[in-house]
Amino acid sequence: MLLTCPLPKLDFDTINLGHGSGGTLTSQLLDTGIFKLLENDLLNKKHDGAIFNMNGKTAMSTDTYVVSPIFFEGGNIGDLAINGTVNDLAMCGAAAKYLSLGFVLEEGLKMTEFWEILLSIKAACEAAGVQIVTGDTKVVERGKGDKIFINTTGIGEVHPKSSIDIDNIRAGDKIILSGPLARHGITIMSHRQGLQFETTISSDTRPLNKIIKELLDEFGEHIHLLRDPTRGGLATVLNEIARDAKLGVDISQNKIPVEEEVYGACEMLGLDPLYVANEGLFVAVVDAAVADKFLLQLKQWEHGEMASIIGEVTNEHLKQVLMKSNIGGRRVVNMLAGEQLPRIC
Amino acid sequence: MKYVSEFRSPEIVDALLKEITQTVKGNWNIMEVCGGQTHSLVKNGLLNMLPPNIQMIHGPGCPVCVTPVSLIDKAVHLAMEKNVILCSFGDMIRVPGSGMSLLEAKSKGGDVRILYSPLEAVKIAKENPDREVVFFAVGFETTAPANALSVVHAHREGVKNYSILTSHVLVPPAMEAIMSDEDCRVDAFLAAGHVCTIMGISEYYPLVEKYKIPIVVTGFEPVDLLEGILMTVKQLEKGEHMLENQYTRVVEAEGNKNAIATIDKIFEVTNREWRGIGNIPFSGYAVKEDYSAYDANKKFNIDIPEAHEDPTCLSGDVMKGKIKPHKCPNFGTKCTPTKPLGAPMVSSEGACAAYYHFNMATVEETMKYE
Repeated sequence: MLLTCPLPKLDFDTINLGHGSGGTLTSQLLDTGIFKLLENDLLNKKHDGAIFNMNGKTAMSTDTYVVSPIFFEGGNIGDLAINGTVNDLAMCGAAAKYLSLGFVLEEGLKMTEFWEILLSIKAACEAAGVQIVTGDTKVVERGKGDKIFINTTGIGEVHPKSSIDIDNIRAGDKIILSGPLARHGITIMSHRQGLQFETTISSDTRPLNKIIKELLDEFGEHIHLLRDPTRGGLATVLNEIARDAKLGVDISQNKIPVEEEVYGACEMLGLDPLYVANEGLFVAVVDAAVADKFLLQLKQWEHGEMASIIGEVTNEHLKQVLMKSNIGGRRVVNMLAGEQLPRIC
Repeated sequence: MKYVSEFRSPEIVDALLKEITQTVKGNWNIMEVCGGQTHSLVKNGLLNMLPPNIQMIHGPGCPVCVTPVSLIDKAVHLAMEKNVILCSFGDMIRVPGSGMSLLEAKSKGGDVRILYSPLEAVKIAKENPDREVVFFAVGFETTAPANALSVVHAHREGVKNYSILTSHVLVPPAMEAIMSDEDCRVDAFLAAGHVCTIMGISEYYPLVEKYKIPIVVTGFEPVDLLEGILMTVKQLEKGEHMLENQYTRVVEAEGNKNAIATIDKIFEVTNREWRGIGNIPFSGYAVKEDYSAYDANKKFNIDIPEAHEDPTCLSGDVMKGKIKPHKCPNFGTKCTPTKPLGAPMVSSEGACAAYYHFNMATVEETMKYE
């Protein structure tokens, strides 16, 4: 792709304050760079905002991406920013249609790196079938940012059969996880400074809108809730479900898929995979009557092979998540107080 | 043989639980000394699988928990110095000092870095020759060799801007302090497997003899812990007291001679204050005079007022096994992992945090508080 979309001639090999000034350097960066690369009818108007019609019930979501390092196995901050917002909308039962794209660039960011991120953004938009229709670029002085921050806001049409609502959750509902845990978080951890840790693990960042649409087509109102366990991991999402639905959650450790090398990395780093971040994963709370069929369909998806019914909602131990351990013991799975910290020994 | 999965086998766990249940007659309090063992007991839900007449008491073996407030204050003070990069193991940074934690110091501009190995800190020192790099060297005998090795490396490579702030603590003196306490309710000990991997097991013979108490060197996986418990229960039921080694696949009787030699090169035994417990004679390591250039305590003139702990925190009683974490009146109310009163609520190895996070026994209690 780099060959077919070469970096345009921009006179500078790094981002400087002029690129955020609103003057000619900004225009140059936008016209020969961003606009050209991401072009579509709405963006081509180059207006202050985009004007369009939406059909029926509409969902909107925003997220800001500050990941460090900005490049990692399986992706970079660019596709993360597109997939993240596409997935947040998918969790609302909506198909993302239009996205805004805001950059905060740090003076000194290499133009080649920025371009590579833009190319990933373009590829991620195409993969998810969404368009960037408006955006913003600011540049901050060196030391006042961390290379690049991205904000995306997305808008999408809610699936006509979707009735996702925490209040729809009932005792007996099954909890389904779409794939193996902790890949994104461990990928990022293994890249961070001071961690010489060679793995073949890559981030699971990917758009979920197509599989969610297919599942909604088939199971509609029987899907009571969808959540993507990003920051805070599966444990946090399950606790939020228990707390907000005012019901209990039971899960079984031996039903929760974790790839062996990811598990090994977690053990070495002293981390619990339940609390590690994911990017291309979702939790579905579904009517027990459709759970097996739902799982069967999910397993047909190219990333759904390891999908599993990990537990169920219960009328007992309200607002608490309990896990049956591999050896048959039970324990409470709590929210984390802060960031998960590696243990001393 | 993968050395892990077979020690997590549900079938073996089941068989061991049955044998423990058949063996145990009396009521026994068994202390697992190491925080890693506490963590494993609660994480795997083992506490609720044991027969009710076996009570596990969670010992003081969480290095984060026993590091005195005054030392955390020193680390915070250093972290706030402009020229200092303060490096630490992860779970140390949230422990409250008398003013703030290292995490808060970081947010206030201190250069605090989380590392997995002290050798990384030496590397940072080499990369930042115009700054002082201090490693907060906490831990038991387990982390002492690596911390000592960092000084050996720095010395050998002529790195002059590296030092360690030492708070090393030693397990056997702490066990003796517990045994000699008049209120001691502990009938047997599971000694800390990884500490013995370094130090060997000879230090425990005198304790077994003096206090007539069974000690079993035990590992960390569910099968290890249950085997260790079974071995102590067998002794207790027969009225015996012996030193036994359950963790033979890792622990050799004489320990790791190279590691011990590295420790001896850099450290000497000293008196040490334990948070929540008090001063225990000969229970810690300090940097030897020959290497005082690498001792942050001596390198920096840290003049800060003596700190005191929150008087309502009962962490000392918890660590001595006098009360269960959730029986503390502050548990889950005034003291939570978000706002810990004492250190055992901070580290996931700490008995209070372990109870808060994992233990079934606390479900009802914590729910009442919410």
